[in-house]
Amino acid sequence: MPTAARVAEVRHGSEGGSLESPTVALVSEPRLLPRGALQALIDALGAGGYRCIGPQVRDGAIVYREISDSGQLPVGWGARQGPGTYRLERRGDRRCFAWANGPQALKPLLFRPHETLFRWTRDAEGRIRFAPEPSRRQRWALIGARACDLAALALHDRHFLHKERDPGYAVRRADLLLVAIDCSHPAQTCFCVSTGDGPSVTGGTDLALTELDAGFLVRAYTETGAAVRDTLPLVEPTAEQLVEAETQGKAAAMAQTRGLPGRDLRDALFANLEHPRWSEVAERCLSCGNCVAVCPTCFCHTEREAASLDGSSGTHERQWDTCYSAEHSYLHGRLLRPDTRTRYRQWLTHKLGGWHDQYGRSGCVGCGRCIAWCPVGIDITEEAAAICASPGP
Amino acid sequence: MSASIPAVQPYLPMEAEVVARAQETRDMFTLRLRLTDPRERESYRFAPGQFNMLHVPGVGAAPISIASDPTQSEALDHTIRAVGRVTRVLERLQAGDRLGLRGPYGRGWPMQDAEGQDLLVVTGGLGCAPVVAAISYAVQRRNRFRRLIILQGVKHSADMLWRERYDAWARLPDTQVHLAADEPTKGWTGHRGLVTDLLDQARFDPRQTAAMLCGPEPMMLAATSRLTGMGVPGDRIWLSLERGFQCGLGHCGHCQIGPYFVCRDGPVFPYHQIGWLLGTKGF
Repeated sequence: MPTAARVAEVRHGSEGGSLESPTVALVSEPRLLPRGALQALIDALGAGGYRCIGPQVRDGAIVYREISDSGQLPVGWGARQGPGTYRLERRGDRRCFAWANGPQALKPLLFRPHETLFRWTRDAEGRIRFAPEPSRRQRWALIGARACDLAALALHDRHFLHKERDPGYAVRRADLLLVAIDCSHPAQTCFCVSTGDGPSVTGGTDLALTELDAGFLVRAYTETGAAVRDTLPLVEPTAEQLVEAETQGKAAAMAQTRGLPGRDLRDALFANLEHPRWSEVAERCLSCGNCVAVCPTCFCHTEREAASLDGSSGTHERQWDTCYSAEHSYLHGRLLRPDTRTRYRQWLTHKLGGWHDQYGRSGCVGCGRCIAWCPVGIDITEEAAAICASPGP
Repeated sequence: MSASIPAVQPYLPMEAEVVARAQETRDMFTLRLRLTDPRERESYRFAPGQFNMLHVPGVGAAPISIASDPTQSEALDHTIRAVGRVTRVLERLQAGDRLGLRGPYGRGWPMQDAEGQDLLVVTGGLGCAPVVAAISYAVQRRNRFRRLIILQGVKHSADMLWRERYDAWARLPDTQVHLAADEPTKGWTGHRGLVTDLLDQARFDPRQTAAMLCGPEPMMLAATSRLTGMGVPGDRIWLSLERGFQCGLGHCGHCQIGPYFVCRDGPVFPYHQIGWLLGTKGF
């Protein structure tokens, strides 16, 4: 019987966790982790050298924070979402994951909102030394990733690890173990079925859970995940429980009412760059960039310097940026996108259009965060449909 | 928790030293830079049309194309106009000053593709800088190219860079050099008007030509329109674009346009790839 030590051993031997390609025979028949034994998962991960991150209720929303006790999970909480609205509500049961998502997915864990890229010092003779910023190695296990989050993560892997490799992202990615969960309670804002990304998990994770009233069905997708699974006090699920899981997954898919008008909108959007809808949506859009901040795939960032007062040393920093800001399109002394119309159009044509050429798929995974967290409730599915439905002038 | 430094550091600048500085016009200057580390200097190679990120510690970084001869990568010329926060500080650097340099980045001019063809260069303003390396490359391998036609236009004749260089190129065999100024001062001997007017004087075979364009986008679009009208196919016209490059690696997103990151997929694009996006406000 593998032990926690074996988890660590496997982990050391296979850098990458869910970056590994799934091996055959890992995905065996799911077994049940009884609800009362959920702590065993956190403990097994801890014993394997991981610090755990899980969803928790903070400031009226569900956010990812470090977790050591299963009681810290949002037990009995649900989240009601709509255009421009997000409200937690009590459910009256013991479910931990009966909500769709919070304001952030995995993005801040890997693509840090703020990061030092390198340091520099200048000596008395004016010589400059540039030094890389060391990457802190810490193994993290994230519990609660959704299918849409995993799809977004796969896209960021492509962006930050293919061609030019982002060193900070690469280290954090290699140190991350993922425990995903099938989405059982999509929000009104969700449309992952139409993007083909959810609601159930089909890979891209080390472990996946299906939450049932009695507990959690556990599936492993990587060696690392299987090693963790094998330390858990699992039992055989009943036939009824397996049916419940299947029914729940189908119901979650059926519950979604929103959708994009197609998976490849590239040609339709670029053929309608002068559509009157762009001006119309610009009347409502505040150009605040909330949609970009909560979007799990938006990757724009800006670089800036931070120098010491005497100018002898400093750091080169980067932080998240948004294409809704004026500075984003700055080009020596002028702005390429001086108004909200061109900025909203930039965001949408890139997200739903240019991504197909750059990453082989749309940049939207159907999580609906941009709809819920938009202060004026602009709905990406509605805007895309309006622009693609009728040809512009 | 342990700390480690990944082997590959794409964001880390190398240290460079200003070897020489030349004031070209009122607000344009050239910095000749040399990497201070001998190993970095030896392994550094660039292709005509590529750019470097020049990093002034405490101030920031700016993308600057490399204007010198690609066979001499020990001394890298950067011709810069002082227009922004970083370039105004670069303007004050003197010989001996140090700064950071990352690069080279991007896809340059299609020099191999252009061999055996007439080479037509149409530039406007400081747009001549990214093409100078290509001209030097062609001049050094003159027999690989057929006619060489260099057309350069500026708004004010006082902004015309490198008169001596143009004069020297004009003396080469099978080479035409024409200069234009929209607002010439007294004594201007070139054309008065737009650089695109000069195409009337250019002698080249539209079916056997590689056209390299760099300058303000309205100028490049006007020139492209004239060239396609003369029979030059859209895939034989190359344009060098500029967007707000910050990382140079296709990561930061500022230069995204349609299906491309200009810093990585460009800055040089054949017209048939990029033309559909140009001229639309916001792209």
